[in-house]
Amino acid sequence: MIPSMPRPRAYRLIYGAYVTLFFVYLALPLAVVAVFAFNDSVFPALPWEGFTWNWFFGDARPQIGVFHERRILRAIGTSVLVGACVSALSLVVGTSNAFLFNRYRFRGRGLLYVLMLLPLVIPGIVLGISILVFSSTVANAAWDAWQWDLVALRPGLVLVILGQFSFITTIATLVISARLQKFDRSLEEAALNLGAGRLTAVRTVTLPFLAPALVGAFVVAFLMSFENFNTTLMLVGSDAPLTIAMFDRLKEGSTPLLNAVSLLLMLGSSVLALTMIVFQRR
Amino acid sequence: MRAGTRLGFVLLIAPLLLWLVLLIVIPHIDLALLSLRERVGVGEYAVSMANYRTFLDEPLYLWTFLRTAVMAVLATAITLVIGFPVSFYIAKIARGRVQSALFLLCLVPFWVSELVRTFGWMILLRETGLISGLLQWIGVADGPVEMLYNDAAMMVGLVYTSMLFMVVPLVTTLESLDDGIIEAGYDLGGSGPSVLREIIIPHAVPGIVAGSIVVFMLSLGNYLTPTMLGGKDSLWFTELIYSQFIVRFNWELGAAFGFLLLVLSSVIVWAMLRLTGQTLEKTMGSA
Repeated sequence: MIPSMPRPRAYRLIYGAYVTLFFVYLALPLAVVAVFAFNDSVFPALPWEGFTWNWFFGDARPQIGVFHERRILRAIGTSVLVGACVSALSLVVGTSNAFLFNRYRFRGRGLLYVLMLLPLVIPGIVLGISILVFSSTVANAAWDAWQWDLVALRPGLVLVILGQFSFITTIATLVISARLQKFDRSLEEAALNLGAGRLTAVRTVTLPFLAPALVGAFVVAFLMSFENFNTTLMLVGSDAPLTIAMFDRLKEGSTPLLNAVSLLLMLGSSVLALTMIVFQRR
Repeated sequence: MRAGTRLGFVLLIAPLLLWLVLLIVIPHIDLALLSLRERVGVGEYAVSMANYRTFLDEPLYLWTFLRTAVMAVLATAITLVIGFPVSFYIAKIARGRVQSALFLLCLVPFWVSELVRTFGWMILLRETGLISGLLQWIGVADGPVEMLYNDAAMMVGLVYTSMLFMVVPLVTTLESLDDGIIEAGYDLGGSGPSVLREIIIPHAVPGIVAGSIVVFMLSLGNYLTPTMLGGKDSLWFTELIYSQFIVRFNWELGAAFGFLLLVLSSVIVWAMLRLTGQTLEKTMGSA
């Protein structure tokens, strides 16, 4: 079963074939999405009509490319904005949580820790509707009491950001906590002995040590926000992020334009993920 | 605590409490309250179980609920069965460069959004799709074959989407198993299946539980895959929630559905932890 145990040749062949097949299964859908981005036809389907760059750069109907399609470009912009806000927020709160659970022993710590993990086991769509319901309750109450119209609490980008933040923070907290646990606190004490204040010690010694985890948490949070569908679907207003815009397109019927966007997404996230890996290695 | 650390404590716990109370705890209480509300007249509401009665009285709702639960469990089981041998291969058989390359390859599909993955399966499985074309080309089928819009297509998509969350915790736990223990199992006269049953699987339980919980959750709460790949008959419970909230604008009933989904997932996750003697803290820490 392990290399030190001799096994019959047939067994090893079958096992190897199975693993190969598994990776084909993983790669296949992505490969076809990428390939059909270059099909010179209005359907991302067989037959293959020849190679074209039009779905990226085309500017004439019916083949309007990604870079000339305003709605898609705007949706990408929206997604980037939401992603940046969500990652920044969850990074700050995640770091604070990591320090809290690492440095303090207090009553209710265990309970709070479990509560902190809960967003991971709540279905995304339920998170979405619960935030939708609560924000409407607040907005309606404000209107009834003072005639204030709290637009931010109606479906829209603010709610999308809050909804994604509500569970991505848990992941940021876990990523940062894992690294903080490996930190040798005597380094911080050395800084204190050398005359640094508490904050200076944390800023000059602990935070640099955490840097790889902070970058990792930011990238993971950004990717998760960019990809998020379920929570966003329930909270979205008129400004649709990319996944929602693509979903609406897909329901109307697909063109290779969607393949082109998807291919760009794959490239974008691979670049981000690779940067992160390089950062972790240093 | 000294005065300085006391201030630090308050500053650190404030964001945590704000986040959990305002975005998690109160919204869910509000959701539960809304689900218990019944409209009796214009702008008049009463507390009642009417929404839950509707759920029980309407066969479509109850049936969809049960079907979604069973299918999500099935998807989890299939993901585990497919993913386990691959995880074992990555953790114990592949070495060095190959090992890390295979592990990274497992992660790649999940750097792109679920929408793209689902779209890929649509291109493969639909009537004008690649697999249909391939079958015609080799002569197995005479005309186009529609493979989309049924339970099998949906299952393929669900398993595909959740695979990463099974493989990563499995590889992590299996890596921590000492080869010497497996060898000892063989030395003591164990055969392949008995070593697997008595040494490898018991050791992998934390990984199996962590992976299963996440996969189950993701399948149960999935909206995209059942909508795009499943057919008219494979209605998913999240689709009911969506239609009550967004299409019908019946938030009370939608809230009841949402709450039921939450209860279902909590009960199954709790049962899984209970049966295997794990805790949420340990499980999520390893995942």
